[in-house]
Amino acid sequence: MAVLDAFDPARARDRNWIERVPPAYWVLGLLLLVMPAFAGDFVLYQIMGWTFLLGMIALSLMFLAGYGGMVSLAQMSFAGLAGYLVAIFGDSAITAISQGWPWWITIPLSLALTVLAATGVGWLAVRTEGIYTIMITLAIAAAFFYFTRQNYDLFNGFQGFNTILPPHLFGVDWRAPVPFYYLALFWAVAAYAAVLYLSRAPFGLALQGVRDNPRRMAALGYNVTAHRVAAYAFAGLIAGIGGILLTWQSSQISPGTIGIGPAIDVLVVAVIGGLRHPIGAFLGAFIFVLLKTFAVDVLISLGLSGERFQLLIGLCFLAIVFFSPDGLLGLWDRLRERGLRDPLTGRAKDDR
Amino acid sequence: MTAETGLALELRGVSKRFGALAALSDIELRVRPGERRAVLGSNGAGKTTLFNCITGDFPPSSGAIRFFGEDVTSFPAQERIRRGLRRTYQISLLFTGLSVLDNVYLACRGVSRGRFSFRRPRASDALMQTAEELVTTVHLQEVRNTRVSDLSYGQQRQLEIAMALSGAPRFILFDEPAAGLSPTERRELIAILTGLPGHVGYIIIEHDMDVALRVSERVTMMHNGRIFKEGKPAEIEDDPEVQALYLGGAAHG
Ligand SMILES: Nc1ncnc2c1ncn2[C@@H]1O[C@H](COP(=O)(O)OP(=O)(O)O)[C@@H](O)[C@H]1O
Ligand SMILES: [Mg+2]
Repeated sequence: MAVLDAFDPARARDRNWIERVPPAYWVLGLLLLVMPAFAGDFVLYQIMGWTFLLGMIALSLMFLAGYGGMVSLAQMSFAGLAGYLVAIFGDSAITAISQGWPWWITIPLSLALTVLAATGVGWLAVRTEGIYTIMITLAIAAAFFYFTRQNYDLFNGFQGFNTILPPHLFGVDWRAPVPFYYLALFWAVAAYAAVLYLSRAPFGLALQGVRDNPRRMAALGYNVTAHRVAAYAFAGLIAGIGGILLTWQSSQISPGTIGIGPAIDVLVVAVIGGLRHPIGAFLGAFIFVLLKTFAVDVLISLGLSGERFQLLIGLCFLAIVFFSPDGLLGLWDRLRERGLRDPLTGRAKDDR
Repeated sequence: MTAETGLALELRGVSKRFGALAALSDIELRVRPGERRAVLGSNGAGKTTLFNCITGDFPPSSGAIRFFGEDVTSFPAQERIRRGLRRTYQISLLFTGLSVLDNVYLACRGVSRGRFSFRRPRASDALMQTAEELVTTVHLQEVRNTRVSDLSYGQQRQLEIAMALSGAPRFILFDEPAAGLSPTERRELIAILTGLPGHVGYIIIEHDMDVALRVSERVTMMHNGRIFKEGKPAEIEDDPEVQALYLGGAAHG
C-alpha cells in the first residue's frame, strides 16, 4: 500500500492529476494494456478475465468491510442476481423464460434491480453489528441460493440458464478472448477508480468515520444509517456489474454460481488481498484464481489427489490471516518498512 | 421557572442517577457568554457526567438545561452541536483509521450543509481550508496526513481540541484536556485556550491547579455530585474548605 500512498491528495495538492499518479500505476497499467500482445488466450480469458471479475465482487466487499466495517456475505448473491436478471430479461437458451429484450433495457434494468435488492438487504443488515451482520447476510445468501434452485418459473431451478451472450456492440464479439479481456479490464479499472475516488469524498470519509465511531458521527450530525445503506447500494452496483460480466464469461448462470461456497470464496479473496486498500481485492483475486487453476495440477504432480485444492486455499487463507491480519497488503507494508530500516540501528533510513 | 436572560448556559436542579448512585445532585450552574470557567473536583465527583448531561450524550434524570436561552434538555446531541455547543472527550473517541486532517474535516462538515456528498472536495474547498487552519492551530500540521492510531497520546488530545473548535463554536466543554500532555504541549494548550476569540466561552475540567487558574475567570468546585463552592480563582485557592478537600492532596485523582 505504501506505493499507493503517493495518491495522498494533501501532499499532491499542487501537482496536476497526471503527475499525481504514482509510477507503480504507470508500470502496471502499461503491462495490463499490452498484455494481449504476448499472453495466450487462456491467460487473457481465464486467468486475467476471471481475476478482474472476481476482483470486482471482492472489491464490493472490501468497500463495505474496509471502509464501512460491515462484512457482508451476500455480495456474490448480488452478482448472481444481476446475472440471472440479464438472462431473464435478455436472451438465453431457455427461451420459455428469457424475454429477449434489447441490451439497452436489459442491462440498466438488471443493475437497477440489483441495486434495489442490495439497498433492501443493507437496510436489514445495518441494524446489526459484527458477527450478526455476517450471519444475516449469510442467511440471505443461503435463502437466495435455495430459492433459485427450487424456483422453475423464473430461475429455471437447478439448471439455471445457458448461452447468455454479450451484445455484439460495435460489431465486436465481446466473448472473444482479447475483446473480453479489455472489457473486463475496463470495468475493473472503473470500479477501482470509483472506490478510490469515493473513499476520499465526504461520503467515503463519513463512512470510515462511521466504521471507527458511529456514536460520535451521529453526534456530529451525520445520518449513520443512510451512509451504511448507501454503501450497500454502491457495493451492490459494483458486484452487479461484475456478476453480469461473469455470466457472459461462462455464458451461463445457475445456483452453483451463488452457493455458500462461492459466497465465502469472496470473503477469502478479500481477506487474502487485504481490506485496507481497494487494490487488495484484485491482488487476492489473482492469487485465488492462480490457486484454483493450477493447484490441481501441482497436487497431482506431487502424487496427491487433485480434489484437495480447496484445502490448499484454506491453508493459504489461514497462513495469511495468522501472519498478517491485513492480508498481502499488510505483509508488503511490513516488508517494505523493514527494508527502509537500518539493519544495525533499527532506525528508519529515510524519515520522509 | 423563568429563564435568566443573557446566559450561555443555565442548569437548574440537574440530577443524574445511575441506579442507586447519585452521580449528580441538584446542580445549579450559570455561565455567561464568553465566560471561561474551570470545574475542579476529585475523581468520581461527577464532572464528566455533568458534561454528558449538558451535551446530550445522555439525558439528566431530572432538571432543565438551557443553552443561550433555549431549553435543550430533550434535544439530541447533534441539535446541541448545531447550536454551537462543542466538547472534547476525556477518553479518546477519535476516528482512528482516518488521518488527522480527515478527522477535523469530518467535524467541520458535520455542522455544515451537504454532509451527504459523493463529490470530492477541492483543495480550495472552504471547509478543507478551515480544517487545515484548525490543524495548524493545535500544532499538528506536521502530522496532518498521519493516521490517528499512529499519533502519540498528547497529539490525540490536541486533535480533540481541534475538533471541538470546528464550525463556529459558541461554547466548548473541555474534559481534562491537559491530562497526559508534556510541559511544552501544556504551554501550547494554555496559549490556544487564552487565544480563543472573546465570544467563545468554555468550561474546562482540569486537575492541574496551575493550568486551571491560568485559563479561567471563575472556578466551580464539585464533590460527590454536588457543587459546593464557586468563586474567583484567588478566593478558591485561599478557601480553607477547598484546601482541606482538594488541595490537601489526599483526594487528588
Ligand atoms: N455511564 C455510567 N454508568 C454508571 N455509572 C457511571 C457512568 N458514568 C459515570 N458513572 C459514575 O458516576 C460517578 C461520577 O463519574 P464521572 O462523572 O466520570 O466523574 P469525574 O469525571 O468527576 O471523575 C462515578 O462514581 C462513576 O462511576
Ligand atoms: Mg471525568
